[in-house]
Amino acid sequence: MDLTKDFKTEFMTNEALQNLISSWISELEFTEESSEFLNITVKAEQLHQLMSQLKSNTETNFDYLFCLTGIDWGKELGVIYHLESTTHRHIIVVKVQTEDRENPTFDSVCDIWKTADFHEREVFDFFGIKFNNHPNLKRLFLTDEWEGFPLRKDYVDEINMVIK
Amino acid sequence: MDTTIKNSNLKSEEYFINMGPQHPATHGVLRLLLTIDGEIIKKVEPDLGYIHRSIEKMCERDSYQQIVHLTDRMDYLSSHINNEAVCLTVEKALELEVPERVKVIRTIIGELTRIASHTLWWGVMGMDVGALTTYFYGFRDRELINDIFEETCGARLTMNYNIPGGLMFDIHPNFVKRTKDFIAHFKTKLPEYDTLLTGNVIFQKRMKGVGMLTKEDAISFGASGPVGRGSGYSCDVRKHHSYSAYDKVNFNEILKTEGDSFARYQVRIEEMWESMSIIEQLIDNIPEGDVQVATNAVIKLPKGEFYQKVETARGELGVYINSTGTKNPYRLKFRSPGFSNLSLLNHIAVGGKIGDLVASMATLDLVIPDIDR
Repeated sequence: MDLTKDFKTEFMTNEALQNLISSWISELEFTEESSEFLNITVKAEQLHQLMSQLKSNTETNFDYLFCLTGIDWGKELGVIYHLESTTHRHIIVVKVQTEDRENPTFDSVCDIWKTADFHEREVFDFFGIKFNNHPNLKRLFLTDEWEGFPLRKDYVDEINMVIK
Repeated sequence: MDTTIKNSNLKSEEYFINMGPQHPATHGVLRLLLTIDGEIIKKVEPDLGYIHRSIEKMCERDSYQQIVHLTDRMDYLSSHINNEAVCLTVEKALELEVPERVKVIRTIIGELTRIASHTLWWGVMGMDVGALTTYFYGFRDRELINDIFEETCGARLTMNYNIPGGLMFDIHPNFVKRTKDFIAHFKTKLPEYDTLLTGNVIFQKRMKGVGMLTKEDAISFGASGPVGRGSGYSCDVRKHHSYSAYDKVNFNEILKTEGDSFARYQVRIEEMWESMSIIEQLIDNIPEGDVQVATNAVIKLPKGEFYQKVETARGELGVYINSTGTKNPYRLKFRSPGFSNLSLLNHIAVGGKIGDLVASMATLDLVIPDIDR
């Protein structure tokens, strides 16, 4: 059985992807600057809707979440999702951010990609970003007693425990 | 006696048991919290962080040359490929084209690394299921590769041979001959692996139909490397996002559709044949030329985001660099293959026995520093 034959048959260019995705949700921001992939910035409340559509739509079919990164932009906290389609082989980057540093919350995408379970726990651990509807949101690497979130830019590391 | 058992009030109930952090089958400091009923596993919950060194935070402080050396300490069995991943990302950001000679040497050493990693995996995997001899066979052959590395890179494990822009220095004059000798030697030794272990009936019964993973689940859990390919999921980065000299060689992506532990086992064994084939195609045709292009002493990446993925012995390693144009990355993330592969352990182990958990975990080929970073 040749499992590799169907590749790149329905590959979509960045332009085609942008045209299709912008027809689902109107308020998305697209950019291709300073990145090799198409970047979409989405509002937190539309994140889950966009993500499930990216996965379920047969033309996009982003079934592989290969990287989930937490990031602290100084003022905002955000999450970056790298998605790939294993059938069409196109790649897209989805970004979401919030200015609420006290209680940053996004919807979990665990129900769409199972790999998000661990990745979101890692982001929660290091950035303190909470994910709604996550089945088991608790610290993954650090102990439960750990204070603060070390990968935030304003983390105070008084005894040089994180960086020597 | 029969009657005693029938009439007793003995009944099973769920309870917790710790596996690790110091357990020989976890190959490192990984703690698994097992919920079991008798010997049937109800839930596996990994507890991580025993050797977390916050490499990603350290990267925000370090220069790009320094970051390369930290990556050795993640997946130490694929250290050369980890180094390569960071170098490729930096080179991509700087739009730096490295000489052909560098690409070919990186590919050869990368494939030698893969064979070394797979032989070690094969040795300890056999040991995990009770076949101690495999350990000595695996290490016997791996030592020869380490000797080659030592001669050329100066180190046996954490090689530090890549730098952004090329290689630290040229290969040792003996490199080509020793690599060829090793391939000739290993071609006679790899069939021994099959004779000793693969065909063993007890071994097959421990492996076949155990630790089942479907293709859909493999993709959803972000599985990569031999774990994904054992479930028929075509995920070889060398094929789909070719880098270095992989576009110049012919090799097959090994795919098995069974999705059980035995399929993952077979993928790695056959991959070693493919790696040998890749090395043979390249070893006599290493182009002449420089082994580095000059970079600034202080490397500053342009503002932007850069992503590069490579195929380590364990699967897809991704490096995400978010640069603000300074000499340090603003944020650097390693998408490590082991982390995603570990997340599916609960899925494949539930309903099985503790002994099967050990066997399934061995076929995931976890390296804990790769997960803990």
